[in-house]
Amino acid sequence: MSDETLSRSGDSWLGASVTRNEDPQLLTGRALFVGDIKAADMRHAAFLRSPHAHALIERIDTSRATARPGVVAVYTAEDLGDLMRPMPMVVPPAPVEGLVFNQRTHTPLAGEKVRYVGEPVAMVVAESRYIAEDALADIEVEWAPLPVAGDLEFSAAPDAPQVHDGLAGNVAAIARQSKGDYAAARASAHTVVRRRFLYEHGMAQPMETRAIAARFDRRTDQMTVWASTQAPTSLRGGLAAVLGMGESDLRVIAPFVGGGFGVKVLMYYPEEVLIPWAARRLAGAVKWIEDRGEHFLATTQERGQIHDAEIALDADGRILGVKDDFLHDNGAYNPYGLTVPINSQCSLFGPYDVPAFDSTFTAVYTNMPIASPFRGAGRQHGVFVIERLIDIAARETGIDRVEMRRRNLLQPGDFPVNHKVIFQDFTELTYDSGDYPAVLARAAEKIGYRRFIEDEQPALRAAGRCVGIGIVNYVEGTGIGPYEGARVQVLANGRVSLATGAGTQGQGHFTSFAQLVADQLGISPREVDVTTGDTDRFQWGAGTFASRGAVVAGNAVHAAAVAVRGKALALAAAEFDCEPADVLLEDGVARHRGSNRLIPLGELAQRANPMRGAVRPGAEPGLESTQYFGPEMGTTASGAHAMIVEVDPETLMITIRDYVVVHDCGTAINPLIVAGQIHGGVAQGIGNAFFEKIVFDSHGQLLSGSLADYLLPTSLDIPRMTLDHTVTPSTLNELGIKGVGEAGAIPVAPLFAQALEDALQLPARGVDILEIPLSPNRLWELATGQA
Amino acid sequence: MSAGTVKVVTRVNGIEYEREVEPRLLLSDFLRGHLDLTGTRVGCEHGVCGACTVQVDGLPVRSCLMFAVQVNARDVSTVESLAAPDGTLHPLQQAFRDRHALQCGYCTAGILMTMSAFLADNPTPDEAAVREALSGNLCRCTGYQHIVDAVLDVAGSPQRERPE
Repeated sequence: MSDETLSRSGDSWLGASVTRNEDPQLLTGRALFVGDIKAADMRHAAFLRSPHAHALIERIDTSRATARPGVVAVYTAEDLGDLMRPMPMVVPPAPVEGLVFNQRTHTPLAGEKVRYVGEPVAMVVAESRYIAEDALADIEVEWAPLPVAGDLEFSAAPDAPQVHDGLAGNVAAIARQSKGDYAAARASAHTVVRRRFLYEHGMAQPMETRAIAARFDRRTDQMTVWASTQAPTSLRGGLAAVLGMGESDLRVIAPFVGGGFGVKVLMYYPEEVLIPWAARRLAGAVKWIEDRGEHFLATTQERGQIHDAEIALDADGRILGVKDDFLHDNGAYNPYGLTVPINSQCSLFGPYDVPAFDSTFTAVYTNMPIASPFRGAGRQHGVFVIERLIDIAARETGIDRVEMRRRNLLQPGDFPVNHKVIFQDFTELTYDSGDYPAVLARAAEKIGYRRFIEDEQPALRAAGRCVGIGIVNYVEGTGIGPYEGARVQVLANGRVSLATGAGTQGQGHFTSFAQLVADQLGISPREVDVTTGDTDRFQWGAGTFASRGAVVAGNAVHAAAVAVRGKALALAAAEFDCEPADVLLEDGVARHRGSNRLIPLGELAQRANPMRGAVRPGAEPGLESTQYFGPEMGTTASGAHAMIVEVDPETLMITIRDYVVVHDCGTAINPLIVAGQIHGGVAQGIGNAFFEKIVFDSHGQLLSGSLADYLLPTSLDIPRMTLDHTVTPSTLNELGIKGVGEAGAIPVAPLFAQALEDALQLPARGVDILEIPLSPNRLWELATGQA
Repeated sequence: MSAGTVKVVTRVNGIEYEREVEPRLLLSDFLRGHLDLTGTRVGCEHGVCGACTVQVDGLPVRSCLMFAVQVNARDVSTVESLAAPDGTLHPLQQAFRDRHALQCGYCTAGILMTMSAFLADNPTPDEAAVREALSGNLCRCTGYQHIVDAVLDVAGSPQRERPE
């Protein structure tokens, strides 16, 4: 242990930029990821996946694979027994009035039909990964290809090939949400702007692909599963139900996880069900690590939406209403329900006062991999639409685009603001607090908007440079329920253990949660041992996703620490024969004010579990408490991004000259960790805006199937960012925390569209940027009229 | 030597190993599976992400694009060689901790092995040179800024202000 000195923020660890507890393990390579799980008897699995986007399976012959030396077993659908059934819905449909919802979930292996390239058809278990993959080539399959519902608009047509029999137009869902009277707003409007927008979000591509290992002990009938998952507690409950086990016989551990970004949440992924099933069937240990190439098809992704949207404004540029009808590419199955398109719909409001609203989406089944949330989870699409509509309206009315935004912002006195539409947490979308004018003004000031527009840009343009500026706003609902929990316990050696069900994929939970405990118990965050994601240590909770960890788990941690503090003060007061108010917890001891008598915390914990005497009825032994926090609804973070960009007029390559983020996540537990979340989110947003494009052809074949084709941004593509923040505490939890995990990724695309349009002076050529992602090639097409 | 295997004699992190391996065994799998050095991570197995980067005879290489047999009679260094035996972090590792230059940590070993070799050849780089050298390692969590700061700290460049 180094002799570093940690510094607090004033008197408390809350708000301190503490370096992370988990770093030494990660930096030295000692950290355990699922791929590191080893055993002499470990077997390895590989999956045969469909090469067709839509086909009947007429015959599968696995006999040559089974005969290969080193192959332990080969399974197809007919081996699965009652496991061969549609998997449960993970997220039921939101209670939108009049909702049309056609549930179709996947089976663990394809039965008579495959519905996307990559759908698993057979599982090989062998003595090594190499042999398992060799055996895949031994399996013979006769396919009868079927017409493919590939392209989104094509798939929505009434006579399109049906991904699921009986669903004409491949309707997975239709949901209409409205408030006020949009038709009246439009009729009275001074300006109406209508456009069609195409927004595609990409693939999460965490650096660690998915992975799962399972061991079934036939002597105890107990199973241990290690999974690279964001939701170990949910996975345990779901797996137990699907496999017909009691939860107490199933332990799920999420060790270190190399990034999640939404796609490692419970899906009932086939592999997550089949590996434990195989381990039980074989009464042994089986492991599967996803290939990167597999990840492009086997792991969920977001993809595209097509929006026909319009905005109605009065003569002063005030928004009277917004209408948006859109198609959403759902993929072949919908276990995750409607989270993504509901978020898109709810993000159309932004930080603006929108009196009338009418939006209908149709989620469409396609012969493509399942679409489910990826950092931002559909908010990007809605934010793109509203920010672009405002930009175009600003241009058409001659009002400056920052001024038009300013005029329409909700004001600090307006909160709480209930938009009367259903959000992803099944409550009415309500903004609890924020100061949108301050955020926008600060972003404009930090990027030097006025100065750039009036002086710098004209001068640079005169010198032949293509430079542009953009500013956009976003609002992000964070910290949704249902709940999380935490158990804090003072240990006999004076250290404190903290266990929570929320998993960790790099967000710093081992440190930020330790800070909350340290504040209550008068110790250093280095003295708190945090366990996340081991259902034997803490079995309840939903998981880490939707920017909810700090808000929901954090407040549960705080509540548990407060309760333990109360017990420690009460016990110390009894030992000192004084009032609890006369006891201080500091530097790892309980100290009596005045007399300075002290009891080290560890000893106090021992005294709380006596070997003789009586523990009074109703009291609990030890200095331990388990508490839960379930917010009544999500809490609203917000921010603005601003950027100055230069475009090379010949290559259409871009250089970001300046990038500013002003964000508001309420109370920040650890500003250093928050900064990291913003940087990483923006990087993914830049990837989505300009580098990452998923390309499927009309046969549902993936053309961008490697990292050489699907470009993740590098250190040369992500600029140095300037971060600033405002603080409007959440009104929905004691610590005032709002989530920040997804914020950086959400508004980057409309920022790029605005700034690049500006740099290339596209509107003067009659061109609006109405699509994402962009690229040098695409900009050239748009700029030269080839589009 | 059994049919289909080849003998490999290699020095890894200063220790000599002799093993029988299939010719097609990847160096990444050899290090992680046969030698139990799991600090080297595997991200893509097609040479793009850099997570698997180790040093062979002092030069950073993608261990997913090499076969174990190719390091016969050669020296290999992995991330496990950086920290001192008593656990004291290498200056680059300490700088990564101080600057919050890692989040999930999966790309970190590959970056440490790339950057330690880079700094050995380029002791006082500027930010542009660091970003160029780093561009063969993908990170999906950090956005690179804190990593660049950490490398510049070790290179002795002027302290960067922490954002906020």
